[in-house]
Amino acid sequence: MNLWLTLAVNSISLGGLLFLLSAGFSLIFGLMRIPNLLHGSFFMLGAYLGVSALNWHINFWVAALLSALAMTLIGGLIERFLLRRLAGQELAQVLLTLGLSFIVADVCLMIWTGDPWQPATPEHLRGAVQVGTLFFPIYRLVILAVAIVIAIGLWLMIDWTRLGAMIRAGVDDAPIARVVGIKVSQLFTLIFSLGAALAAFAGVMGAPYLSVYPGLDFEMLPLALIVVILGGTGSLLGALVGSFLIGFLYNFGQAMFPDLAYVILFLPMLLVLVLRPQGLFGRAMP
Amino acid sequence: MSFLTPQRAAIAAALLLLVTLPIWVGNPYYINVASQILFFAVFALGLNVIVGYGGLVSLGHAGLAAIAGYTAALMLAAGHGHFISDFAAILVTLAASAVFAVLSLRGTGIGFLMITLAIGQIIWGILYRWSSLTNGDNGVNVSGRPAPFGISLASADSFYYATLLVFLAAVATMAVFFRSPFGASLRGTRDQARRMTALGYNVWLIRFLAILISGFWSGVAGLLFIYYNQFISPQVATLTASAEVLLMVISGGTATLLGPIAGAAIVVIMKNVVSAYIVRWNLVLGVIFVLIITFMPEGLVPGSVRLWRTAWRKLSRRDGVIPAKTEPTP
Repeated sequence: MNLWLTLAVNSISLGGLLFLLSAGFSLIFGLMRIPNLLHGSFFMLGAYLGVSALNWHINFWVAALLSALAMTLIGGLIERFLLRRLAGQELAQVLLTLGLSFIVADVCLMIWTGDPWQPATPEHLRGAVQVGTLFFPIYRLVILAVAIVIAIGLWLMIDWTRLGAMIRAGVDDAPIARVVGIKVSQLFTLIFSLGAALAAFAGVMGAPYLSVYPGLDFEMLPLALIVVILGGTGSLLGALVGSFLIGFLYNFGQAMFPDLAYVILFLPMLLVLVLRPQGLFGRAMP
Repeated sequence: MSFLTPQRAAIAAALLLLVTLPIWVGNPYYINVASQILFFAVFALGLNVIVGYGGLVSLGHAGLAAIAGYTAALMLAAGHGHFISDFAAILVTLAASAVFAVLSLRGTGIGFLMITLAIGQIIWGILYRWSSLTNGDNGVNVSGRPAPFGISLASADSFYYATLLVFLAAVATMAVFFRSPFGASLRGTRDQARRMTALGYNVWLIRFLAILISGFWSGVAGLLFIYYNQFISPQVATLTASAEVLLMVISGGTATLLGPIAGAAIVVIMKNVVSAYIVRWNLVLGVIFVLIITFMPEGLVPGSVRLWRTAWRKLSRRDGVIPAKTEPTP
């Protein structure tokens, strides 16, 4: 009984992390029409930056925000000066993000070496909450809470602000959005930076729990990919549902079929591809 | 009607060079590098079938080569003969390619790329995590190379000649294939899929068959790989490995016969040279990737010609008339 409950709590917090990661991935895909193969690298680089900040005894939340800020800048620069050069050539853009991800992986290996880094859980987040006879680790619940807050924030931004309306217009029909005077290229930079920041923030949040090590980037990237194929591109609700689905599948699969856990993770994706290629909550791709 | 056209002369010269290579190179290390170039060229030629001629960019092909390699390695380890193991490996790879095709052809363009990436990761995941079957990260040893018709392939020279034979077979079939009506219809599905459908071609079936052909040659390359290294590990199926082959195809110039071969030579030589001086091969790979895609997306050979012409024109300041672009519009 207790094992299942622990697994469930772990699944929910992994789902929260995955949402932070894949929300940006999904928005970038929806708007720019490219899977950003750098997204796992943003997660890993963000986590490394956060770990370094924590080593200088910076507050956990400040470290997470600093890392997110740094990745906002890096993401914006990559979009503005590299991806923008290849505007309209989606394939070249995807391959560019792939090439950059190799560079990031090797630079991280050079700076932070091959040893895993696992920062201690910040003191005010240690311990557990008791509900009846059950104990829930606070840190896992905090990850979930942060994910929910950010999900609500993103939803408010996309559905209720002028900026959100412009983003939705860009997702639906970029050429027409340009015609009516929306600067879609600026939205690209904005969304790319935002996605990078969310991934970095998720990286720091996940560091005390997943630890940071070389190869984390290409472990997280397929997860974001599965979540978005499952949920449908450009759909926040899809990213949310997909993240928790994969969170559960990952933890329960690993506990029950350790040899095949990684494969089980991809099964719902294959099913969705065969039965409903646009994803659970997505509309048909143009 | 002269028999000796420049093209035929070039082919004859290239053949002569390749056949006599072990004699003028001498050092077994460089002969081994040449063997590596040849089997990676077979792999790149296979991938080029769908990337160059089919317009379908795959990031999961290393998985197909790994399936062939692992099937043969595991069967050899279980005590089966070389012939039956290799035959089974090719059959399994073809079956895997069929599944690969059915799933990945749910999308085209970016969708295809994402699905192939995911399938590649699944294959890597099976090889890496299912350690009771695949021995996990420790890999599988392959004891000894085969000796077809009683000729041992243990030495660098003999293995080079065996690889050269396979390579020439691959080049010849590719040359015939692309001039065939089927090759033309594959190019048609790349350029104008909708019109091809309107003309009555089964676009899906053409692409499916192209993926099978591509999978077959990837499998052959996988077999040559395990016999060369006499070892296979999940490292073969990583995303980096798929990206490396894709880089060979793109860097040389897609949809050409020579492009992937030149690309394979460039990447293998770079890898061997760079690894001798620094350990950061992935960094170099990434930088080359980014540079090629940003500055010469059409491939190194046509790209350098274009850059050289632009530079020359700017230097000589004779840019009064801007020539129209001669590339065909899609």
